[in-house]
Amino acid sequence: MDTSQFIQRDETCWEIKPKGAMRVPAIIYADEQLLQDMDQKVYEQLTNVATLPGIVEAAYAMPDAHWGYGFPIGGVAAFDPELGGVVSAGGVGFDISCGVRTLHTGLNITQLEPHKQALADALYRTIPAGVGSRGKIHLNHKAMLGMLTGGAQWALEQGYGEEHDLERIEEHGCMAGAEPHYVSPKARERQKDEMGTLGSGNHYLEVQRVSKIFDPAVAKVFGLHVDDVVISIHCGSRGLGHQIGTEFLKDMAMSAAQYQIVLPDRELACAPLNSPLGKHYLGAMRAAINCALANRQIITHLTRQAVASVFPGLHLDLLYDVSHNTCKLEQHTVNGQKKSLFVHRKGATRAFGPDHPDLPDVFKKTGQPVLIGGSMGTSSYVLCGTKASEQRAFSSACHGAGRAMSRSKATQQWQGRTLIEQLAAQGIIIRCPSMRGVAEEAPLAYKDVSAVVEIADRAGLARKVARLEPVICIKG
Amino acid sequence: MPIERDSPLNSKLITPHWEHFEHKADIGIRGIAPTLEQAFEQAAIAMTAVVTDPNLVSDATAITITCTAPDTELLLASWINELIYEMAVHGLLFKRYQVAIDNGKLSATAFGAAVDQQKHQPAVEIKGATFTELRVYQQADDAWVAQCVVDV
Repeated sequence: MDTSQFIQRDETCWEIKPKGAMRVPAIIYADEQLLQDMDQKVYEQLTNVATLPGIVEAAYAMPDAHWGYGFPIGGVAAFDPELGGVVSAGGVGFDISCGVRTLHTGLNITQLEPHKQALADALYRTIPAGVGSRGKIHLNHKAMLGMLTGGAQWALEQGYGEEHDLERIEEHGCMAGAEPHYVSPKARERQKDEMGTLGSGNHYLEVQRVSKIFDPAVAKVFGLHVDDVVISIHCGSRGLGHQIGTEFLKDMAMSAAQYQIVLPDRELACAPLNSPLGKHYLGAMRAAINCALANRQIITHLTRQAVASVFPGLHLDLLYDVSHNTCKLEQHTVNGQKKSLFVHRKGATRAFGPDHPDLPDVFKKTGQPVLIGGSMGTSSYVLCGTKASEQRAFSSACHGAGRAMSRSKATQQWQGRTLIEQLAAQGIIIRCPSMRGVAEEAPLAYKDVSAVVEIADRAGLARKVARLEPVICIKG
Repeated sequence: MPIERDSPLNSKLITPHWEHFEHKADIGIRGIAPTLEQAFEQAAIAMTAVVTDPNLVSDATAITITCTAPDTELLLASWINELIYEMAVHGLLFKRYQVAIDNGKLSATAFGAAVDQQKHQPAVEIKGATFTELRVYQQADDAWVAQCVVDV
């Protein structure tokens, strides 16, 4: 887009002053190149978000922002319930609490190398991936209720994991305030056989090598060293989250007039935080966050089983688990005053800095790990939260690369089988049930994640700690 | 508001068809046809084509679907979302559809078959129909267009 539409505040901060119905400014964190490459739709969507009731400070876009639904993907906005603030189903997205979890393996790349094929096979056999895949777990009514209320803690009680996993998950593995009675029978039906499945599209499980350390002191606390092997899981709340998003989007669109909310775009459908509909959505959305946390916990259990079948006795500890499609109640300082705000992060990662009260002791000095997924065949990154991020964008950072090309263009340009061969020549093993799926997720169909991470670091949203390179990728 | 419908003679010349349109993160589906109902049927075939080649899908299984909405655009999103739900819960893909729309109520039969990983090579699961680029309208040539972006 045209950079002359912005006032450049500093090297990485671009502002659109309030105009028309905008209640607050809109701010994009990017360098000139990333900003030029962004779709004009990001400008439109971000300025639309700035018109919503009760928005505080500014509508923010992260360096990986791209055209989304109502909110840009990579959008952050906080709302004050005391100022008539709203919650937006579109501002959270369909894949509620989609996120990334990274596990230590205790192996280095030399130890993995002779067993790469065997590990790829074991992981592909053990973790259901792709369209229509079902898990071995069937949830009856009671188990569904337990899962929606307890999240990863429930999964632990069922034998999927260990107590010390929990401190390495946001919300200690269980999102408070879940109200399963606002989760529809259809959403439950869609989920009852999907626990412990990866899904499809850009979801994956990846075995990665730590290729570079940027901050040795923080990397040491995170337990990362060059040539260590880690495993990252990227997935969300599966069918349950999608159904909740679908249903509340329609309900909110139909109720906007009743709440006297003018929607510049129907996809921005929202409801006042203090309204019955707003509260119902929050209750259901939090249950979906628990579903995502339970799902990643079960996949972790399956991953441990698969790894143990190749490396007997090996134990996988969590580095951390982050969610990047959420709306969470958080304390933030606005104009010197402590405020309770509902922070929407749509394709943006929470990035609490050092000393934040919600962080476990182990991360008190470093800030939380911020896990940035790459695309198939490209780097991923581990960053850490900074104190400055609180003032930059309510402690938020980017979440990934973002697409540079549509799915249809990608399938015209690449063939799945050829891509798999090319990546194999680079030492990267791909396992995927669909060749067309591989083509749609071609590495070059995504933006350069390294450029995005560089700007997140320079903008003070989060600080670079380590770079990860793919070794094995199980695509959903 | 009741859904108004008109099928002037010249629009009958348009062959019902579907197409995809560009969205950076996801994909747009569009049905174009002489009638509103056929445009909805074509949009739904475009939705199947996001997942697999509709020609690879048989039509041995039939299910019925009903939904309502206060306007045609929300009705299109509801229709696609009902299909996404049926696909997800029953592991189905749909080849063709018969749609009737009366006063904001849609009644339809969807014909398809169970997903076969080998045969269909399904590329993605669809999460939901979004309101992005959600439009239902009549073109200058009177053909009906029904479109939206689906989140994959």
